[in-house]
Amino acid sequence: MSAYALELRGVNKSFGALNIIRGVDLMVPTGERFAIIGPNGAGKTTLFNLISGAFGLTSGDILLNGQSIRGMRPFEINRRGLSRSFQITNIFHRLSVFENLRCAVLWSLGYRYSFWHRLNALRDVRERAETIMEQTGLASRRDVIAGVLPYAEQRALEIGITLAGGAEVILLDEPTAGMSRSESDAAVELIRRITVGKTLLMVEHDMGVVFGLADKIAVVVYGQVLACDTPEKVRANRKVQEAYLGVSAEEAVAT
Amino acid sequence: MADIAAVRPASRMSFGGWPQLALWGCLALALIIAPQVFSSSAAVSLLSQLGTLVIFCLSYNMLLGEGGMYSFGHAAYSGLGAYFAIHAMNMAAHGKFYIPVWLIPLVGGIAGMVFGILFGYLTTRKAGTAFAMITLGVVELVHASSEMFPGFFGGEGGVETNRNYGSGFFGMTFGPQIRVYYLIVAWLLLSAIAMYALTRTPLGRIMNAVRDNAERAQFVGYDPKTVRFFILVLSAFFAGISGGLQAINMELITSESVSSLRSGDAMIFTFIGGAQAFFGPIIGVLIGGFLSFKLSDYTQAWQLYLGIFFILIVMYAPTGVSGILLSNWRVIRAGLFGRVAWRWSAVVCAGAMIALAGAVLIELSYGFVFGSEKGAVVNYVRALDKNIQGVVWGAAIVVLVGGIFLLRRLLPPFKDAWNDVSSRAHLMKSGDRA
Repeated sequence: MSAYALELRGVNKSFGALNIIRGVDLMVPTGERFAIIGPNGAGKTTLFNLISGAFGLTSGDILLNGQSIRGMRPFEINRRGLSRSFQITNIFHRLSVFENLRCAVLWSLGYRYSFWHRLNALRDVRERAETIMEQTGLASRRDVIAGVLPYAEQRALEIGITLAGGAEVILLDEPTAGMSRSESDAAVELIRRITVGKTLLMVEHDMGVVFGLADKIAVVVYGQVLACDTPEKVRANRKVQEAYLGVSAEEAVAT
Repeated sequence: MADIAAVRPASRMSFGGWPQLALWGCLALALIIAPQVFSSSAAVSLLSQLGTLVIFCLSYNMLLGEGGMYSFGHAAYSGLGAYFAIHAMNMAAHGKFYIPVWLIPLVGGIAGMVFGILFGYLTTRKAGTAFAMITLGVVELVHASSEMFPGFFGGEGGVETNRNYGSGFFGMTFGPQIRVYYLIVAWLLLSAIAMYALTRTPLGRIMNAVRDNAERAQFVGYDPKTVRFFILVLSAFFAGISGGLQAINMELITSESVSSLRSGDAMIFTFIGGAQAFFGPIIGVLIGGFLSFKLSDYTQAWQLYLGIFFILIVMYAPTGVSGILLSNWRVIRAGLFGRVAWRWSAVVCAGAMIALAGAVLIELSYGFVFGSEKGAVVNYVRALDKNIQGVVWGAAIVVLVGGIFLLRRLLPPFKDAWNDVSSRAHLMKSGDRA
């Protein structure tokens, strides 16, 4: 096993003449929690789309556990142990909470496209889905149709679907976006608990969440990595303060 | 294939257990008793036709309801299945090989499946509108080749057969229509149970996931194209079975059975019955079959009625008749129907006024334009005095306008009240899905 769960080597992405990602190099060691921060439009979500296979690279290479995943489709990358969540809630809205989670665990437990197993008889699937339901605090919502859940619970389900497959590398795109302070605290606690021993890459705007959760922070500005270091060093980094946090950096960080 | 165990109650499912078993029992019983109640030979052949249509529409609903795939070309699979079945029957009758009549539907099913693999490979690469357009192209292609290869498709006259060959099923030959009916019932039950069981397998659930959100399905490890392909192939298999039964039942298959018209029937009937419930297409076939086979005996305007009904369903009740029934059932079960009973009855009365007066006016207009050979209502009116005819026209117009006026007044408050009780009912027992 490679020491790095994820390696980005000279990754470029352009849409027409527009260079969104410009030569990103990033090494994510196995088992660490990385936060990606940066102003709006810096290319954070695009970076996620590249890593998870939603977009193809223009140039460069991405390695998952030491193996190139360039040109692979999202489900192939997912099968290799990388799972992601979405900034805009992306769930199976006409299925119940329980069914959403069951769908998310089926492939990883090896049932693939089976039409010869009886779904309700699969104990491992049920138990795994129920465990995730407990962990995400959705057990009481088991049979509620996902589309009618309140926003915060849909976000929790989004994280649950992402984690249910047991992937070792987790990408979370603004998991606490639009949550109240208490909801956000609960979500952070959930993420911390559930990603123990896993590699986490997270886009986040909320500095409280970032500094509370991340082992390292990568600052992305205009499609480039400006700095990548421990929270303390990023906090102290002049370039980051100027380019991203602005003049009132000390205050912003202090919260 | 037929995982009958899947019909059994699922532990801790909110909907399941005896109501479902009872539903299947009722279906089987109704199918078995039906020809005793409607015993005329015309009725039995109508029932046989409806039986094959039910399998056809259930297989269509695997695409529409379970997979969210709008196909305009489903008749390609049932039709080709029917052609292969009828040729197999003729070959068996001429002693080229032996296959009993009761196994002929399997020939249709396998033919349907083979073409499902062939065409599905093309069509399922796309979803949504592109998929719909390609399926339309495929069925037109098959229909066009029916004119190009008269040797196989039989040209204008189609291909004929005689189902009364061989030694039958343990000595029972399939000459009499009633035996064919029970053969259809047996295949119908077998297919319906198999299709239902399929909805309760990993693939069945992933079909729903791809229907709801194909992008997300990719990020939990599934290739939506592969899922769509599997649904299509399985669905084409059951469509082929219905085609094989059609060949036995009609003893004649023409190019109409591979037409986009026939494909449209599947879509219209399934939509009317409701794609969201497994049993929806059965209700749809009963209603649609009644409108197209039975109503056509009484009025020339039956297609107009079918069309109007379809449009009303699409516009005002997209969950179909089964959806209307289910939401009423939920409200009744939650004990909330009393709160809306008065408004409900008023709206139904206003709707009935419009329907009745509208039908009278349509019948009169048809009679006025086309003469009255088949217009039952017109014949009644014709027998009346000229002055009274005028009164009927006038009364129908008054009732129609009055009904529309009433409905416009009654509908908005009813909708509010109904949405309120049905969301309450939903919260009480969420997650139901028959």
